[in-house]
Amino acid sequence: MPSVRFRLNGVERDVDTDPDRMLLDVLRGSLAVTGPHFGCGAGECGACNVMVDGRAVSSCDMPLWSVAGKEVMTLEGLGSAEHPHPLQRAFIAEQALQCGYCVSGILISAAALLKQNPSPSKDDVKRALDGNLCRCGAHNRMVRAVLRAAAEMAAR
Amino acid sequence: MNAPPKLPVSLAANPLLSSWLTFSRDGHVLVSPGKVEIGQGIVTALAQIAADELDVDIARVRMVRASTAMSPNEGVTSGSLSIQQSGRALRHACAEIRRIFLVAASDRLGVAADTLSVEDGTISGPGNVRTSYWELAEDVDLKREATAGASAKAIAQRSLAGHSVERLDIPDKVFGRPPFIQDQVLPNMLYGRVLRPDNARASLIALKDETTRTTAGLVAIVRDGRFCGVVSETENGAEIALQALGKAAVWSEGDALPDENDLASFLKAEPSELTVIDTRPAPTPATKARTIRRQYTRPYIAHASIAPSCAIAQWTGDKVHVWTHSQGVYLLRADLALVLNLPVENITVEHMEGAGCYGHNAADDVALDAVLLARTAGGRPVRVQWSRQDEMSQAPFGAAMAIEIEADLDPAGEIVDWRHAVWSNGHAARPGRATQPALLAGFELEKPFPRMISSNPPQANGGGADRNAIPLYNFPAWTIESHRLLTMPIRTSALRTLGAQGNVFAIECFLDEIASERAEDPVAFRLRYLRDERARDVIRAAAKRANWKPERTPGIGHGIGFARYKNTGAYCAVVAEIEGDEDIRVRKLTLAVDVGEAINPDGVINQIEGGAIQATSWVLKERVRFDQQRITSTSWSDYPILRFTEVPDVEVELIQRSELDPVGAGEAAHGPVTAAIANAVFDCLGVRIRNLPINRDSLIAAME
Repeated sequence: MPSVRFRLNGVERDVDTDPDRMLLDVLRGSLAVTGPHFGCGAGECGACNVMVDGRAVSSCDMPLWSVAGKEVMTLEGLGSAEHPHPLQRAFIAEQALQCGYCVSGILISAAALLKQNPSPSKDDVKRALDGNLCRCGAHNRMVRAVLRAAAEMAAR
Repeated sequence: MNAPPKLPVSLAANPLLSSWLTFSRDGHVLVSPGKVEIGQGIVTALAQIAADELDVDIARVRMVRASTAMSPNEGVTSGSLSIQQSGRALRHACAEIRRIFLVAASDRLGVAADTLSVEDGTISGPGNVRTSYWELAEDVDLKREATAGASAKAIAQRSLAGHSVERLDIPDKVFGRPPFIQDQVLPNMLYGRVLRPDNARASLIALKDETTRTTAGLVAIVRDGRFCGVVSETENGAEIALQALGKAAVWSEGDALPDENDLASFLKAEPSELTVIDTRPAPTPATKARTIRRQYTRPYIAHASIAPSCAIAQWTGDKVHVWTHSQGVYLLRADLALVLNLPVENITVEHMEGAGCYGHNAADDVALDAVLLARTAGGRPVRVQWSRQDEMSQAPFGAAMAIEIEADLDPAGEIVDWRHAVWSNGHAARPGRATQPALLAGFELEKPFPRMISSNPPQANGGGADRNAIPLYNFPAWTIESHRLLTMPIRTSALRTLGAQGNVFAIECFLDEIASERAEDPVAFRLRYLRDERARDVIRAAAKRANWKPERTPGIGHGIGFARYKNTGAYCAVVAEIEGDEDIRVRKLTLAVDVGEAINPDGVINQIEGGAIQATSWVLKERVRFDQQRITSTSWSDYPILRFTEVPDVEVELIQRSELDPVGAGEAAHGPVTAAIANAVFDCLGVRIRNLPINRDSLIAAME
């Protein structure tokens, strides 16, 4: 079986598996990384979003081979309770979720936005998150949280 | 003479104090309510109540997930009743437990109990004597029944209730330590998938499963009547086996589905059972000058949770342990016992969080799927997850409704009689409440259980299709009727608000129309017909905050909607601001809400915001689609929901009434928001949309 090599949350990984398997399945299955969530399997909801070379993409419809040699980041790579990313702090401060199932993908989309545009407007944030679905209706809190994180990062 | 004090309902049903709360020796309070976290933040509000009543820091409170192995049986987490039922019971239980510990401390310390005080679990008294809940825990037996005597603290002495304590579950969810069942991996776990036909009534004619048998990692193919599924060593293997099985299955055609474009005719033509919900006879004969009649409809609505439903089951001999995101662990257990023909003692059902739950979704169905598949797993746990397609087509839907309202007006245009009739499938087919199971696979087995036809809870419990059909307005006379369908070609059960969204939409739009014909301001018109001061307050508060009524601007419209959920729950009024041309965009929703005592104000506001946004999604976008044979809206493309760029600004004013018992907030906004948007569309475009959803098609239809 050919192996696919890529960096996952800063660590070099070699995966011996069918390279046509979807990245989400490999992350959650072989690599036991459960931050990215299964939502639809068709790239339509954003629950499985991961960052690939700085861009937020859905991993449920992305074959493993397509990330060969690339840098993949999941929620686990964003920050931790000990070293939280400003977005994570802001989501807690704004109490920016209800059930939280979609949040992993939304944090990734937001992190990718802030990499490209450190001082986004409210509309920029909404556009960046438009591919992520939230069913509980926590959207406005999430937008506020992203703006709060951007402000915090700018003040540093 | 005063009536003897009574225990809160939930505590009377589960009087054993230790089932609600225990202390650990390492300084924690383990609180185990029967209600479950479904994304609404309930465990935090309950932790606040416990910490307040016991005088402990909330950081010491550990919330235990509900399980039939030990938790109080609080039925189902639904109907916006958790804070009312569980909160009240827990407060009482904690007050009594605090008193029991003070007596025990008094014995140990040799000082009178009424001289003792508690601070963060440490009990101290005169002469610097002290002990603690944790020290005393071993000596105090909480395996005793609650008594009616204990009284909770006065409101002024509570330090956490009424404050926006941060939710306990949020850090785990933002740091990727999610408690979701979909992420749980038990030792030696297998993965299962179930194959279902497009038409729920189709029969399985043939299953040529040779190819499936050769898929990598396959553990078992399960077939029992029309129920069939696969078990595999890996999730990927289960998916591959399921695809192979899908190709191997030959299904018959099923029963025909109704015409999705003429739901009202379908609902009114089906055989139905008529219930007169309420009548108010006219006190004096009135002069009727004319009668206005209008019909409103809402389509079937999907739960459409972001995660497909999931469950884990593990057999040990003839005992099975089930992990589930069901809203009612005991109710699910009762139905599993019926299907498996086992005593309930053989089944343990334990709650584990899933994605947001808005009613009776597929959580219970997939639990039975997992139990059936796990029978072949030789004692290994099996995790089963539905596909997005099944989640959108096989789970129960919120029922479609047709609502007809007639009002008799006197010569001055005042309402003298009011008749409201609803045609709808029932809004409840939950498990655990009947002699037959309500679980999908139960209808598919070789020896199938009869397919459950959904019913309606009685009006005393808030009603189903008739929920909020009785007007809160003080009309002199009315007749309220409900026609419940006796057939069910499309499966329905409880979805957030049950019938209230449809009924409030109809009542509030109809009132708007009457007010408009009288050239009377719709806010003033409503206030004239309302006697309830709390109702009047939320309407006035929302109107004031939205600067009612803003000056007319071309292309912009404003509308108002109001209801008290179930006529006994939270009050909610909303002003909608919309932008309309060939499409409708909701720009802003301004709400005022009264839930009595708001234990966690930000939690209440979060629920109201979420309800308002979800309702906007229902109104503008949502409609389950189907052809003659199958549900066709099985993906996010076919069943779109509101996106970030479409979400309105939402402002919530909370009227805090600490002196009044708290009620839930999760379902208060849907009806009022629906009506407010429709009324704003009229204000903007001059057309009355009476058939949901409000989109380009319904605008064109209404203009024709």
